[in-house]
Amino acid sequence: MQQLDVVIIGAGPAGLAAAIQCRENDLDVVVLDEFPKVGGRLLGQLHQEPSGEWWNGIEESKALQTKAESLNTDIRLGYSVYHIEKLEKQFVVHTKQQKFVTNNVLIATGAAESPAPIPGWTLPGVMSIGAAQVMTNVHRVKVGEKGIVVGVNVLSAAIARELQLAGVDLHSMALPTRNVVSEDQANPRLVMERLSRIAHLAPSKFIQFGSRFAKWKWVQDLVVQYYPKNGIKMWGMPIYLNKAIKQINGTDKVESVTMVDVTMHGDIIGNSEEEIPVDFVCIAGGLYPLAELAGVVGCPFIYSEELGGHVPVHNEKMETPVAGIYVAGNITGIESSKVAREQGKVAGLAIVIKEKNTSEITGKLQTAISEVKATRDAASIQFHPHIPEGRAKVSAAYDDLVKAQEVEKELEYV
Amino acid sequence: MNNRIVDHPVLGQIDQKRKVTFQFDGKTYEGFENDTIASALLAHGVRTLRKHEESGNPRGIYCNIGHCFECRVTVDGEDNVRACLTPIQENMVVESGQVQPHPLDPSKEGVKPRTYAEYKEQEGQK
Repeated sequence: MQQLDVVIIGAGPAGLAAAIQCRENDLDVVVLDEFPKVGGRLLGQLHQEPSGEWWNGIEESKALQTKAESLNTDIRLGYSVYHIEKLEKQFVVHTKQQKFVTNNVLIATGAAESPAPIPGWTLPGVMSIGAAQVMTNVHRVKVGEKGIVVGVNVLSAAIARELQLAGVDLHSMALPTRNVVSEDQANPRLVMERLSRIAHLAPSKFIQFGSRFAKWKWVQDLVVQYYPKNGIKMWGMPIYLNKAIKQINGTDKVESVTMVDVTMHGDIIGNSEEEIPVDFVCIAGGLYPLAELAGVVGCPFIYSEELGGHVPVHNEKMETPVAGIYVAGNITGIESSKVAREQGKVAGLAIVIKEKNTSEITGKLQTAISEVKATRDAASIQFHPHIPEGRAKVSAAYDDLVKAQEVEKELEYV
Repeated sequence: MNNRIVDHPVLGQIDQKRKVTFQFDGKTYEGFENDTIASALLAHGVRTLRKHEESGNPRGIYCNIGHCFECRVTVDGEDNVRACLTPIQENMVVESGQVQPHPLDPSKEGVKPRTYAEYKEQEGQK
């Protein structure tokens, strides 16, 4: 059986950027992805940067693919990885089609969408906002005639704009009503705090005003308390922090939603029900790191709200405490695809240094590490204001674990 | 294919790729090369891809990226294939999922056990 230097799981920006570094240094690489196209979540992205330039995920993905293919990178699409088996010094990556034996694995599986379940959400026509994004921008299929977005956050605001661009009509964006799962997403005060981070993209003086004083909690309280009855409009579409969707109605498919007024704490105001006819609903609960495979192979985890959930412990070189297992991209925390791409570069170079036992490219690795930080600082969409603190927490956890491992080894010698 | 976004202000005109015909529940549909089963069907307004195995409630795509398994269909005789990840092929036969017999007690109508404890209790009563 062929022995690979590295198997890269995920052909998104992180995985492909890593593959390019590995191939430039002649490593034996296989890139696996279960989607039929390369690009991962980058593929669907389409937004205007503050500079006015368009960020086109299809073009960015194509650029990475072309570069990788020019280096004869073996990219297998339609391959679902369901297990990583740890041997003494190697790993076996299991897919339905075949097994791959490899010295290293880079897990670049990206992110999944959190649900915001409300009654009726299993009806055909209800989908995650990311699903609507891919249908619209990648497959060029209209998800419906008129819809509504349930969940107000950085991601849903950006994608709502993309749907509008493609001529898909949206009634509005509103919150889900509160339940055990949607707790935070149903709290207008918390949603306002998070929304203020994309306020510079909003042509609304009201939100901009709120965000400029983001540090001053009482100003945000005022904004939520005196939220305009007809919503704040972003690109002509109302965003409601004072209305929530209680239920999705229909027999065989979505026919309408029931909207209610809510207080600034997310409590339903009585006698405020209104039925709004729609034929599709996008549920937007935000993203969390998709990290099961890291769990399967024994990576320790740490919870970081700043990074969007449980992430595998890793250091700046994207190494996990399990020697030979690397992570890059959104599995390490929810950030922009540009950051993911830079992280992929770092992981690729780190793997090259390990496999080639060379220090020639150590300088390159250091540059790549500082590029990750520079890209993070320059990002126009911040998913969380305290990402650097979250990153520091993860690095500290890595150092602690490695120290503990060393102590354990010493004790074995004794 | 009435639900296609043909012109887009930023992405431009849709690529007129090779057409592919396939079957879904006995009906013939046309899609573009590189369409997934899910996108090709949605372009024709088909939203329901299966019935829930137990309740029979209609289900369609949810995540469209392979995570939720809501769009599982039967493709050329193979069960539990995700429609959102599977590109259409010429003459592919796709079937929607249907209600399945209950795994614990297919013959019995009436109250189905909801937990293992309830199942044990019912077993004991026999």
